[in-house]
Amino acid sequence: MLVVKKGSAGKRGNNIRSDCFVEIELTKGKGIRSSLQSKVNSMYGQNINDLIITMCDFFEIKHAEILVEDNGALPFTLAARFEAAYKKLRPDDSREFLPSMNKNNFYLTQKDRMRRSRLYLPGNEPKFYSNAGLHKPDGIILDLEDSVAPSEKDSARYLVRNALCSVDFYGAERMVRINQLPMGLNDLKFVVPHNVHVILIPKCESAITVKDVEEEINMIKAMNNISAAIYLMPIIESALGVVKSYEIATASDKVCALAVGLEDYTADLGVERTNEGRESFYARSTVVNSAKAAGVQAIDSVFSDVDDMEGLKASVLEAKALGFEGKGCIHPRQIKVVHDSFAPSEKEIEKARKIVLAFNEAEKNGLGVVALGSKMIDAPVVKRAQHTINLAILNGLLDKNWNK
Amino acid sequence: MKLIKNAVNRLIPTIINGEKQIPFKGVDKFKSSGRIASLQIRTCADYPSDGNKEVKSLKDALKKAGLKDGMTISTHHHLRNGDQLTNILFDTIHSMGVKNIRWFPSASFPCHSYLIRYLRDGTIHHIEGSMNGPLGKFTTEGKMKGVGVLRSHGGRYQSIQDGEVHIDIAVIAAPTADPFGNANGVNGKSACGGIGFALADSEYADKVIVVTDNLVPFPCVPWQIQGNNVDYVVQVESLGDPSKIVSGTTEMTKSPDRLLIAEYIAKFMDEAGIVKNGFSYQAGAGGTNLAVILFLKEIMKAKGIKARFIRGGSTKYLVELLEEGLTDYILDGQTFDLDGVRSMRENPNHVMTTPFTSYNYHGKGNFASMVDATILGATEVDVNFNANVVSHSDGYLLHGIGGWQNCLYSKCTIIAVPSFRDRIPVILDEVTTLCGPGELIDVIVTERGIAINPKRKDLLNAVKNSSLPIRSIKEIQKEVYEICGGAPAKPKVDKKKVVAVVKWVDGTVLDSVYRVVT
Repeated sequence: MLVVKKGSAGKRGNNIRSDCFVEIELTKGKGIRSSLQSKVNSMYGQNINDLIITMCDFFEIKHAEILVEDNGALPFTLAARFEAAYKKLRPDDSREFLPSMNKNNFYLTQKDRMRRSRLYLPGNEPKFYSNAGLHKPDGIILDLEDSVAPSEKDSARYLVRNALCSVDFYGAERMVRINQLPMGLNDLKFVVPHNVHVILIPKCESAITVKDVEEEINMIKAMNNISAAIYLMPIIESALGVVKSYEIATASDKVCALAVGLEDYTADLGVERTNEGRESFYARSTVVNSAKAAGVQAIDSVFSDVDDMEGLKASVLEAKALGFEGKGCIHPRQIKVVHDSFAPSEKEIEKARKIVLAFNEAEKNGLGVVALGSKMIDAPVVKRAQHTINLAILNGLLDKNWNK
Repeated sequence: MKLIKNAVNRLIPTIINGEKQIPFKGVDKFKSSGRIASLQIRTCADYPSDGNKEVKSLKDALKKAGLKDGMTISTHHHLRNGDQLTNILFDTIHSMGVKNIRWFPSASFPCHSYLIRYLRDGTIHHIEGSMNGPLGKFTTEGKMKGVGVLRSHGGRYQSIQDGEVHIDIAVIAAPTADPFGNANGVNGKSACGGIGFALADSEYADKVIVVTDNLVPFPCVPWQIQGNNVDYVVQVESLGDPSKIVSGTTEMTKSPDRLLIAEYIAKFMDEAGIVKNGFSYQAGAGGTNLAVILFLKEIMKAKGIKARFIRGGSTKYLVELLEEGLTDYILDGQTFDLDGVRSMRENPNHVMTTPFTSYNYHGKGNFASMVDATILGATEVDVNFNANVVSHSDGYLLHGIGGWQNCLYSKCTIIAVPSFRDRIPVILDEVTTLCGPGELIDVIVTERGIAINPKRKDLLNAVKNSSLPIRSIKEIQKEVYEICGGAPAKPKVDKKKVVAVVKWVDGTVLDSVYRVVT
């Protein structure tokens, strides 16, 4: 058997920011010898050394050479890199060194909450974490899948886990995109215990995949006494996925939305992805239709040209017209454009106001039937009007006390 | 070195490089009663009547000017990081065996790290100006012979005018000049826009040498520097690297956090009632500042608002405002890109300004206090709204003051900073080096919120119903300390060894910079 002597994790080099590189070599005797090079040495050198000692104590590391090259990593990153390096040496050690849960990170979500924008953060890039929520996306996705190189999957899991504990996402829905199954099942124990709200299931092609994920989540929840619901957002990214989209959307009552991923889908079809998107029209329409048939949200793919805000706007308006309620974002500046483009028009708001007022009036008078002018209004219409009102308030187009 | 506490409790030396100093007394508290510097009367008969002051080399000019040990030599920084003349100048001084020069630049750039060899071998005794990058590191490690003196652009003019710094020889790099010594920066291959930072040097130095790589027959128009103040003109092959003198294009920041800060600033200015017809503001060329211009432009266009003047640091973004009719004037202290140079050359409403017009505290007023809003950067701020622009939290000197201190006199001074950089919190209990007293700083804008100085009740009131994230500075600080893992330790410095001082705009000593212990 090959005995691994040195374990390392993290990033090193001149251009690295807010990250660090940790290398641990277990030695015989001589105690803990650590060497720290940090660009914040004068400010946090002591603090970093204390963390190293604390973690050595925690994992009962008695003798080791430890090298830390730090480019301003925050404590949650330092701890994640240390643990990832250590676990390469002792993969069977199941103890976890968890940062304490940020007091702001206990908020919950709802199945039908607004999901207009969801910002992807690469799982192994800590520099984007702390400020992501300031840009006010509806959701933040910590991505363990495509943005993480295969060799970095382990490191990214510790980082994402620590981020879920430490980083304040300022009210954004806390999402994680796991890897494709079966690897993705192993991701879950790193995130489920730490108030994750939604799990995104990539390249989903069957109801069984959804059920497998749900089962694993339920098991981890039971072990950790977690009662809060964790929702699922399968991503349809293949021809087969499109065909099975209704089955997927209805596989579990925890499915809150169906998303479509067009990079992989167009690759699967063997065609180029265009801005016009004619090649994916069928897929997008089918996903919307399956989602609506299942009573869940439909979420559109990302728009990948981060400099083209006009193109993004056009893309969102088209998505909205097709029935999508949300769009993926890969840059924070896309968020506002997405929100503005999903915002209802003045005409839509006015109509919604009338419907909701008529409904409230009818309810107050104990009438079972609601009429607006000569038209009868049924429940789904009222629900859609209420949704429009909520969107208008969120976008600052309507005062939240509009009906007072 | 004897240190005493000044009016803001900062320890400062009473004597610097052998000269007695006045401690900072408070903002607008110290009034100098002396008379401004006087000069030897000059006589036309001593100068060539045909106006030709050309000498064949810089070395000849320095010889004729009487260069000797211990003199003060001044240069300007309009050629920025493309400046090669200053390095050649000190090569020449070195070759002449002259020592202990006080170098008095209006600013230094990374290209001047070449001069470290002359700081080491005693050609240069110390720098009064700015100590950036490697020069800052060299100084902060206690390796410079004398004590560095950091001044604002206005403070530099004041110190020359008041006779606090007497320039023996001014060497003025001129992108275009005539043999009489008239010079400008708008024409020639090394064009840099205005060369207003050299004005005081031309007026007050004993000897003035104009060095150009574009000699034209008399008259050189416009004459930003007047030949009547010039002793010698030297023609050289090249003043420097044009691609580093001005940038071809100025790049807008793509950083989402900086863009967020910029958006907050523009909205704040709008909601605080600053953005209205006839308003004015000062914009720098930093990434956040450029983005503010774009956000302001949207607001101005949407509301049909036109500014009376905008102070630059001009860039193509300011030039666009001028050309699209969104401001009547650009009053320009230095020009950062080719569009700025072109505009100053061609557009009479793009006007060169100097530290005398804009910043000099010992004048009959200056422009800085007339500006409605100014946006500035900082390396650090503190909970009392004090700010630092010269050193970093590890104690090392990194930047000069520039016009920063002078701009604090604007009607609304806004500091744009990230709340932390990597793991370095920007809002501290006390700044490492005090450069700007908190009473002059009105608003600090970070990506985590906008903190308004409690003494600006008018501003607080103006935005009290705003949807902007208006927060107390301590609240933002607390949040950032939690992110970074507590308050940072103070830098380890030798409090007995002052390596540089920061002067206030009135010539008094505001704070000291100490040797960093490594």
